[in-house]
Amino acid sequence: MITLTVNGKAHQFNDDGEMPLLWALRDVLKYSGTKYGCGKGLCGACTVHVDGQPIRSCITPVSAIAEQKITTIEGLSEQGDHPVQQAWQSLNVPQCGYCQSGQIMSAVALLDRNAKPNDQDIDLAMSGNICRCGTYQRIKKAIHLAADLATEVKGS
Amino acid sequence: MKQIENVSRRGFLKKLGISSTALVLGVQLPSMLTIPKALAGSLATDKFAPNVYVQIGTDNIVSIVVHRSEMGQGIRTSIPMIVADELGADWEKIDIIQGLGDKKYGSQNTDGSRSVRRFYQPLREAGASARMMLQQAAAKQWQVDISETKADNNFIIHEKSGRQLSFGSLVPAASKMVLPETSALILKAKQDFKFIGKSDVALVDGEKIATGATTFGFDVELDNMQYAVIARPPVLAAKVKSFNADAAKAINGVVDVVQLADLEEPAVFKPLGGVAVIATNTWAAIKGREALDVQWHESGHQVYNSDSYKEALAKSCDNPAKVLRSKGDVAKALSDAKQVLKASYYVPELIHVPMEPPAATAHYHDGIFDIWACTQTPQSAQGTVAQITGVAAENININVTLLGGGFGRKSKPDFVVEAAILSKQLNVPIKLVWTREDEIQNGYYHAVSYQKLAAGIDENGQVSAWQHHAAEPPIGATFSKGADLISSEADLGLIDMPYDIANISCAVGKAPAHTRIGWMRSVTNINHAFAVCSFADELANAKQQDSKAHLLALIGKDRKIDFSTENAKYGNYGETLEKFPVETARMKAVIEKASDMAKWGRKLPKGHGLGIAMHRSFVSYVACVVEVSENSDGKIKVHDVWMAVDCGLAVNPERIRSQMEGAAIFGLSLTFFSELTAKDGVIQQSNFDGYEIARYSDAPTTHVEIIASDAAPGGVGEPGVPPIAPAICNAIFNATGKRYRELPLKQYGIV
Repeated sequence: MITLTVNGKAHQFNDDGEMPLLWALRDVLKYSGTKYGCGKGLCGACTVHVDGQPIRSCITPVSAIAEQKITTIEGLSEQGDHPVQQAWQSLNVPQCGYCQSGQIMSAVALLDRNAKPNDQDIDLAMSGNICRCGTYQRIKKAIHLAADLATEVKGS
Repeated sequence: MKQIENVSRRGFLKKLGISSTALVLGVQLPSMLTIPKALAGSLATDKFAPNVYVQIGTDNIVSIVVHRSEMGQGIRTSIPMIVADELGADWEKIDIIQGLGDKKYGSQNTDGSRSVRRFYQPLREAGASARMMLQQAAAKQWQVDISETKADNNFIIHEKSGRQLSFGSLVPAASKMVLPETSALILKAKQDFKFIGKSDVALVDGEKIATGATTFGFDVELDNMQYAVIARPPVLAAKVKSFNADAAKAINGVVDVVQLADLEEPAVFKPLGGVAVIATNTWAAIKGREALDVQWHESGHQVYNSDSYKEALAKSCDNPAKVLRSKGDVAKALSDAKQVLKASYYVPELIHVPMEPPAATAHYHDGIFDIWACTQTPQSAQGTVAQITGVAAENININVTLLGGGFGRKSKPDFVVEAAILSKQLNVPIKLVWTREDEIQNGYYHAVSYQKLAAGIDENGQVSAWQHHAAEPPIGATFSKGADLISSEADLGLIDMPYDIANISCAVGKAPAHTRIGWMRSVTNINHAFAVCSFADELANAKQQDSKAHLLALIGKDRKIDFSTENAKYGNYGETLEKFPVETARMKAVIEKASDMAKWGRKLPKGHGLGIAMHRSFVSYVACVVEVSENSDGKIKVHDVWMAVDCGLAVNPERIRSQMEGAAIFGLSLTFFSELTAKDGVIQQSNFDGYEIARYSDAPTTHVEIIASDAAPGGVGEPGVPPIAPAICNAIFNATGKRYRELPLKQYGIV
């Protein structure tokens, strides 16, 4: 028995501890916002936060993250109004939208440790997230916008 | 000055229908319409439904059916824009209903860049007929002439008297009105458009995407559902010899193992066969599949090896089987030429890699199929499931989820059939998913191609001959076993080469298919535009002329091209030449626009180069200019892409720009990184490590301009892709003097 704390809620997990967190979240605990893209940690679609750090849930076994706090896209904000989520909407960032949960989780983690990233910082931090639709340019813009927003929040 | 202000002042959250007391700063959205509030749907039982696309409830909610699949092109926003505009609807009172697969909507096959192209007029008519019936109802009540009324913001308004009635209040009366004849419909004038052509419409699914609340094919959940993956043959049409069901069943969570019928070619949209593992979760199913140890019989397609296949394609170009366009006497013109230029181009086999691989959930019960799938083609999914399972089409409900990318892969419903077969056989709801490895190794592939071009330059410096021979396995082989000659693929950039040259010959050589060949975003335009637009640049450089000036001269005087006068049967994307002519003036206009954007002719920094390419596809015109640089290590970086697009009337300019931005990345991926190779019939790549696509640091800044036009709307999703690869290679030549004719460029160590 493993206790998984997802978005502040504790879940009892009775399945195989070797199961990647991705499938535990999606199939067992029914958090479908976290996406499968490659299963090998190559594309970033499955990015979630574990104790605030971005990880690839598709290659992280459940047994490795017991006792730590997991945050998924559903838990990023109560009202869907995290500055990154607002910036994404205001710039119409997504095309198909499938990779965007992972993109947003990576972007939030970047802004948490670097409040004002430049383009190179963004390239580096986001390099593990693929978007086949090609929204990279808008995501960069949105990260800058979210950084400005977050600064405004702190300053107000 | 950043456009930011305190949202609590502006009521941003209120506008989004969110209540919060927390101080949250929002981005100012002065230019964005908010997301429709009514997305929760209309609860009215009394509805006015004048046609299959529009329903209006007594609660004043306008439900608009989107019958096409959303895969990132923005169609769930664009269709409502068209209908709501003609109807005079209040954007915040619309509800969007995703249409089930049903022939009553007309074609739902969301490919070929034709949703707006084919449905702009019918959707406007649907909105207009509903509006006119509402107007009739109001005019009757007020005892005024219908011409004195107008629709705006969900009201019918009588301006003279200032009276107005909401759409909802008119539902009972409007339902009794006579449906106007199409010829009697009065459509809005362009200057009155409120949504069409405007860039301030927010994506209808934007908020749900940003909060992870959307449902893609992978996300469907049913009670008592089981999860399935399938071990498919590594070589096309290889049959199952043996497998170890017990080993799979020993995995915790595995509940069943099912052998599927072996594939009999042609593949069409049939399942590939193999062995399915059913489990209580996806992970267990994948582990079970690994334990299966399937052994396969040999397949005739084991002869497929990329190296030798490439050589065979090159030879096939030397001995073409069919001439598809012939003007003048190319052989004579080449022999008379002062200078003959020859070049060969190669584009490898490619695959779609949408971020969401195929997935479908099927529930067979009471003789009925309820199916949810990320399909581009619900009607063909319905038809193929009916054909293979024997269940009547009318008892098969195909629900279209959001698609996590499509790019043509999800136009083929084989995965939907797999889910249906398993659910019917096992009598439980089944979610069938493809892993990334499945998607790459068992796909419908973009055809590998070899092309040989030759051109003659006469004593006056004119290009007097153009000869283009291509060999590539045909999509036809997927539908007719043994087909080895392309047909309609030649209409995609081969026989519609637009240059004004006196002697032209376009021919194709045989190429047997050893994988399922299918459509991928812009299809063989990728191969042909790469060759044609690169070769045009090679001619300019051979003649020591400016690439842009030479390209304009090659295209020649303003004219509408009719390829039938040159012994070619040109399909024009299923459209008439009257409605969608091949216009050289529009080609030149996009070239001029893109060049202006890029400041063509300016002095460039050391190591930098500009390249240009123009291609017409899906009846739209796109020119692009690319700026690259080579660093001291010989590595190439793409800095900027300037794209000018003429797609006729621009219905949703904001999504047109995003499609061009995406096309630039799609084109850049195949230019530099992507390649599939086969060994003994088996695709050697299996994930994003072997099959690479562009990442952040590779992404240029893409600038897009849309040519203002009143011409009928053309395609948008695909036309941006073809000119990218040649423009990049032309720019690299301009920067370095090195000409690359084989993709992807990573093989040359320049990235």
